[in-house]
Amino acid sequence: MSELERLTARLAAVLPPDAVVTDPVRLRTYECDGLTHHRATPGVVVLPEAAEQVAAVVRLCGEHDVPFVARGSGTGLSGGALPRTDGVLIVTSRMRRILEIDIPNRRAVVEPGVTNLAITEAVRDRGYYYAPDPSSQQVCSIGGNVAENSGGAHCLKYGFTVNHVLAAEIVTPDGDIVELSAMDPGYDLLGAFIGSEGTLGIATKITVRLSRAPEAVTTLLAAFTGIEAGGRAVSAIIAAGVVPAAIEMMDALAIEAAEAAVHCRYPAGAGAVLVMELDGPHAEVEHQFAAVERICRDSGAFEIRVAASAEERAAIWRGRKSAFAAVGRISPAYIVQDGVVPRTALPRVLAGIDRLQEEYGIRVANVFHAGDGNLHPLVLFDDAVPGEAERAEAVSGRILDLCVEHGGSITGEHGVGVDKARYMPRMFTEDDLDTMQLVRCAFDPRGLANPGKVFPTPRLCGEVPGVRRGAHPLVEAGLAEQF
Amino acid sequence: MDARDALEATGVAVRAAGDGDEVAGARPRWVALPESAEEIAAVMRVCAAHDLAAVATGGGTKLHWGAPPSRCDVLVDLCCMNRVPEHTAGDLVVRAQAGVTVEALARTLAEGGQELALDVPVPGTTVGGLLATGIAGPRRFRHGTARDLLIGVTVVLADGTIAKSGGKVVKNVAGYDLGKLFTGSYGTLGIIADATFRLHPLPAARAWVTATVERPVTETVEPYVYEGKTLDTTSTDVAASLRAVIPAVTESPLEPSAVEVDWPDVESPCTVAVLVEGAAAAERAKALCALMGGGLSDAQVAEEPPPWWGRLPEPPVPDGPPGTGGAGGGEILLEVRNIPYRLAGSFVGPFMAAREAGVRAAVRGSLASHVFHVALPPDTEPGRVAAFTGELRAHMEADGEGRVVVLAAPPEAARRLDRWGRVGALPLMRRVKERFDPDRRLSPGRFLGGI
Repeated sequence: MSELERLTARLAAVLPPDAVVTDPVRLRTYECDGLTHHRATPGVVVLPEAAEQVAAVVRLCGEHDVPFVARGSGTGLSGGALPRTDGVLIVTSRMRRILEIDIPNRRAVVEPGVTNLAITEAVRDRGYYYAPDPSSQQVCSIGGNVAENSGGAHCLKYGFTVNHVLAAEIVTPDGDIVELSAMDPGYDLLGAFIGSEGTLGIATKITVRLSRAPEAVTTLLAAFTGIEAGGRAVSAIIAAGVVPAAIEMMDALAIEAAEAAVHCRYPAGAGAVLVMELDGPHAEVEHQFAAVERICRDSGAFEIRVAASAEERAAIWRGRKSAFAAVGRISPAYIVQDGVVPRTALPRVLAGIDRLQEEYGIRVANVFHAGDGNLHPLVLFDDAVPGEAERAEAVSGRILDLCVEHGGSITGEHGVGVDKARYMPRMFTEDDLDTMQLVRCAFDPRGLANPGKVFPTPRLCGEVPGVRRGAHPLVEAGLAEQF
Repeated sequence: MDARDALEATGVAVRAAGDGDEVAGARPRWVALPESAEEIAAVMRVCAAHDLAAVATGGGTKLHWGAPPSRCDVLVDLCCMNRVPEHTAGDLVVRAQAGVTVEALARTLAEGGQELALDVPVPGTTVGGLLATGIAGPRRFRHGTARDLLIGVTVVLADGTIAKSGGKVVKNVAGYDLGKLFTGSYGTLGIIADATFRLHPLPAARAWVTATVERPVTETVEPYVYEGKTLDTTSTDVAASLRAVIPAVTESPLEPSAVEVDWPDVESPCTVAVLVEGAAAAERAKALCALMGGGLSDAQVAEEPPPWWGRLPEPPVPDGPPGTGGAGGGEILLEVRNIPYRLAGSFVGPFMAAREAGVRAAVRGSLASHVFHVALPPDTEPGRVAAFTGELRAHMEADGEGRVVVLAAPPEAARRLDRWGRVGALPLMRRVKERFDPDRRLSPGRFLGGI
């Protein structure tokens, strides 16, 4: 009998009926998240309904030395929720109560399985919303958002999950239930926990900040003949001191795909479009709109559309929001990449991507959050053509190299997960990674929480790098153990 | 080689410590003045080899904050690390060495029409000191605090390891965010060598609206019961006035960037000031002025901030003009946080506690972010400081929401009180410290729980 089997036999005692999944067919429904080319059937799946149950499962994992992986809605794009065949997958989908809406204190307390959009829907009537808006917001869970530090199109102005979470109750890898609060003095463990991709524990209750809905929102679309002109407009807007809520850019290929998929009717002949949103007080938005419109025209926009209604706003966004799925209409398969470059490096990086397309004979559609330099190149390929998938994979990796060479990042919002762990050494030195590992070792010395994610083959927590050699004094004194 | 020789051998400038180098009353033996992360690392390696404890300092403006270090051999003075190696205006990002003062940084950034959108309330604070203490000012309501604007950091650990996290792009989720962990860590995890921040364009315009909460003069006869405690009507009327007006201001679609209050003494008038930034600031300020005029007196729009804006409160000076109290070793400064709904109560709390402890208090802070600073006169009797802290904490922490931290207090007073109050997750914090600084060589004992 394996440790996993011994553990599985004990799960029923700490969980409600029907909360333990061992049926192979059902287990397979959890074999991947949004990154579908990494698959692993979990050893066992549990569906806890309360923090105490999560804690009990995690404690059992500790007792049996079995790894565990947390999963929310499974929409992640980096394989962060990829299960372990030898481990437990803890799915938070039954923890979806909104526990408290507290308008006077501008906050809501929710369970981790609550969807991102559900929070906004619960407070919209009162004039509030939850600001981070990843494009999967209709289905993605807040617990997943916390794990990934999710952003969204509007994070240019409003920031990320970490800027909007006030407190989190977590189950530590030891199985303790601990409250991390921004109110508390001491280390900002909440800030360190958010974005740790499930490697420091599992959030079981999250207090989010609610934001006041802006008085005015203006959405506009500007069409350019080419991506260079669009890029010039973005730079000029930022230089003019305007911080739009969002500035999104799509290139000709992405526009073509969106047109085929959702008939978004972006202006014919556009080599690039910018989708921009300005929000805030009426008076401020009016000023900014005048500036943005002028800059776009000066930069060569041949058509500017302004949404006059909620429907028109949705129509402008439709093309952008559909872009990832839409490339399926023009290519049998594709890789969604997520890299970041300093905004001023955008033209050079885009030129570099063009060269890669020629070198490898692979098409790349570009969709990006232009305001913050977050690229989502869609690398298109035909998996029926021998060798093409490998070439696409190579282009995708080379794009990340371009991002790092220009001072950027290998991921802006999709996370490292299992997908990019091997790229971490391109961005960070061994010392950088070992130092991050200290945090991991503080929370999870045995490495049972989502192992194999984020870090490439991390040192064991006992292996102390650098100058220090020999046994730790506390170990010698019998006060601590190394694993 | 003895420790001094070993420090000298690193090539880093070293001098003997003097009176001005004390860390909360503890005098180090030497002061090292590194000029780069590599030099900090060299100093830390010597400290490791010779079992020396080190404390980092920048402008030295808050060295008397926190508990004295249990050991203090080397003061690592980062004043020579005062360069701004990278400011790409088009990227709205700056990288600054830890020893750059926020004022110098602001001047550099202003040349490019940009700013680090933080108001640092202690003049002379360096980038490193700002991060180590996590202190923030009025616009925390709009832009958050240092942790929200920090996007990358280079740190030197106790063993001399140089490590970085984050980078120079705003949007970046690769790896753990060590910057968050180091912000507010009081130098106990490592020494910050440089930091990269996201910037904001300087706003096109700024305008302030100020208004006064008048002291009622006619109704001071009857005692007033507020949240179970008997108060004088002065404070409760102030609370009631604020409660009636402030939520409408902070939640206004006119989007003020900050809402601050200054109450230098319970006997003095209480002033509210609201900052509006960006396009149409004057127009929006006018609308807010009308809103505030509904419940407060003398509401008016100004182009300049009131003189107290963005500074810590000056302690009341008994029998002297207010506003003349000084900082320094005798400083008694507390930070109070609470949730919005408790705003008025938490603001009045210090005066209730002051009355009960028989001290005088000045309060200043954010009515929008619910973080206030409280200053007591430097000569306040130690027992009364402790009594005041206890009363305030009882009031604030009663419902589990509020927090009171004693940022600075003279040693005699500090010995009688708990500086940090309620702390969650202390065991985890200790484990983090144990991993980063297993031999407790960095600012040992300066932080909460003896960390």
